[in-house]
Amino acid sequence: MDFQEKLVHDLVAKHGTDRENLLPILQGVIDQERYLSEEAILKIAKEMSIPAADVYGTATFYSFLDTDPRGKYVIRVCKTITCAMKGKNQIIQAIESFLKIKVGETTVDKKFTILQTNCLGWCHKAPAMLVNDDVYTELTPESVVDILREYREEN
Amino acid sequence: MSNMVNLTINGIAVSVEEGKTILEAAEKLHIKIPTLCYHKDLCVAGNCRVCVVEQVGNNKLVASCAMPVSEGMEINTNTLKVRNCRKHIIELLLTEHNEECTKCYRNGHCELQELSAEYQITNQDFIDLVPDKNYTVDRISPAIEKDDSKCIRCQRCVRTCAEIQSVGAIAVAHKGSEMKISTVFDRALDEVVCTNCGQCIVHCPTGALTEKSYVEKVWDAIADPETHVVVQTAPAVRIGLGEELGFEPGTRVTGKMVSALRRLGFDSVLDTDFTADLTIMEEGTELLTRLKRALVEDDPDVALPMATSCSPGWVKYIEHKYPEYLPNLSTCKSPQQMFGALAKTYYAKNVKVDPQNIVSVSIMPCTAKKYEANRPEMKDSGYKDVDFVLTTRELAVMIRQAGIEFEKLNDESFDSIMGTGSGAAVIFGATGGVMEAALRTAYEIVTGREVPFDNLEILPVRGLEGVKEASIKIEGTVDDWKFLEGVELKCAITNGLENAHQLMNNIKNGESFYHFIEIMACPGGCLGGGGQPYPVDDEVRMKRMQAIYNEDSDLPIRKSHENPEIVQIYKEFLEEPLSHKSHKLLHTTYVKREQY
Repeated sequence: MDFQEKLVHDLVAKHGTDRENLLPILQGVIDQERYLSEEAILKIAKEMSIPAADVYGTATFYSFLDTDPRGKYVIRVCKTITCAMKGKNQIIQAIESFLKIKVGETTVDKKFTILQTNCLGWCHKAPAMLVNDDVYTELTPESVVDILREYREEN
Repeated sequence: MSNMVNLTINGIAVSVEEGKTILEAAEKLHIKIPTLCYHKDLCVAGNCRVCVVEQVGNNKLVASCAMPVSEGMEINTNTLKVRNCRKHIIELLLTEHNEECTKCYRNGHCELQELSAEYQITNQDFIDLVPDKNYTVDRISPAIEKDDSKCIRCQRCVRTCAEIQSVGAIAVAHKGSEMKISTVFDRALDEVVCTNCGQCIVHCPTGALTEKSYVEKVWDAIADPETHVVVQTAPAVRIGLGEELGFEPGTRVTGKMVSALRRLGFDSVLDTDFTADLTIMEEGTELLTRLKRALVEDDPDVALPMATSCSPGWVKYIEHKYPEYLPNLSTCKSPQQMFGALAKTYYAKNVKVDPQNIVSVSIMPCTAKKYEANRPEMKDSGYKDVDFVLTTRELAVMIRQAGIEFEKLNDESFDSIMGTGSGAAVIFGATGGVMEAALRTAYEIVTGREVPFDNLEILPVRGLEGVKEASIKIEGTVDDWKFLEGVELKCAITNGLENAHQLMNNIKNGESFYHFIEIMACPGGCLGGGGQPYPVDDEVRMKRMQAIYNEDSDLPIRKSHENPEIVQIYKEFLEEPLSHKSHKLLHTTYVKREQY
């Protein structure tokens, strides 16, 4: 049993095979692998005895359940109106030039992916972004580079 | 007796059972409400909104397909508000719809096209969104094509695949403006669990799901003077073709069909019924052999129940979902493929034509047959056994293209050899038919007497019920079959793959035991196949079924083993059922496939 098989097997054992447990299982895989690969989706379908097309359909419905490969750290910059007015574009430019990739892309070392997201609910401290599950607010082009440098230098 | 609810529709009082919808109440009053996502075979979705009506006292329009009736309800189906709203809904659906209707396969058979004609959609008030969409077309499968640019996302196909067929090859993926009907990771239908049954096509209101057409290839073959083109027609085509050409559902057009095929230019017009009878001989003998191994020789390896293998949708389903039961599947090829293998051997020899020059065409009520003909193992004659498979609908297209006035044709008879079929073969077209045909022959072989049913009609195996069971006690056996004396032969019959799924689970869990099971992938059997005319519901299926049984009872020969051409082929060519030659030409093997 490879790592992914064990991961899926354990998640299904923990949550159960009923259809309504699909979401926590998908989230569990995302926690470990950052995205839902074709192999992972087929394994989930098999473990839960539900059609693979259903698993894929559910995964693609949710913005935070990616089906494309993602880096270890997924950066999601809020694109909604308050953050946009407070300089979201400059933040994105700073990230893009620091990481040398565009929005939607992943760095060659598979460490970072840049995405945009809808409102995070941090309008009062705009502009805001997420790095995986951690939120960073009142960003400036300088502060965002400092934050990302720490992630890059880690381990 | 359930409670009745009183309401008025357009001022007319009507009383219907509690729980019925406004749409059903309107139907009772013969008031037509347009629908798209609604289908009688399927659960209610209520997503297209084209069936909206006005309810007095309610500001919002309600979807009549989803709204249950309530006491005192006042409904109006034909107000200015309703008409305008429906018109806008149709216009909005068209903004995302590829409107190249004149170049569409479903041109003239499209529910969206009919509705936009009905509502006189001539203006273009909304922006055309099609150029901005990233629509994809899947033409890889030999049986089914899927064109997302024609899809209105009503999800009838998704519900069909899940509810009726328990396959789930397609589901709704993505959301909002990007929402689409997709396989897992948008793979080609040919690369997923799709059984090619074509029920999605029969339930699709537009041209988003269609059969892969081989009409042009068949015209080319007919036009080529070097080729000898033989055609076989399945039992369910003769009771479905008329419907596609303007007759009432359930009209039998066997003689006219033969006449039309001859006029189209086929060199020989033959009958799949002949190989249906042959299937009974081979499969019946296979069943009796398995029973002998189980009962006399106590062979632990013999796989029972034996399952029929005529339905290629069912065969692919079991290959995907229950591969551990593949030894239970009869090794007999389907009648179509038996015919193909014999057309380029036995037939070719008899008519003295080089099999290399024979093009073998079959007319089927089925889309999975297109897939089956393309399976790599179906080349036992040394050539591709069946070259092209057309659906009932495609044959109707050819008849129209040829300018044949079908209703004016005289009845003609099939050519010989391989053109004679018994009543037992005709009923292959209905669920329970293979079982009934097999019992008519097997019982007689074993006991020397006819099956103990009036006029040979084994009623317990007939009808549209999901799972039918029958048992027949074998008494008074002849010497060769003494070991079956007193045995109660247990059978089950099912139609639609969801029912097959239930039956297989019962067998797997040990809840049920049978000797022989008949499974047809489509609701009602072949008569409700994916290649048959649309629209279809149980009422239409019942009419087609009646036609099948009438065709049977009108035939002079009702039992497969009494078909003179069957007697002849065993004498001249095959020797006996399950002979070496039979095994080579008429039997096949199966493949274990990925379950998801």
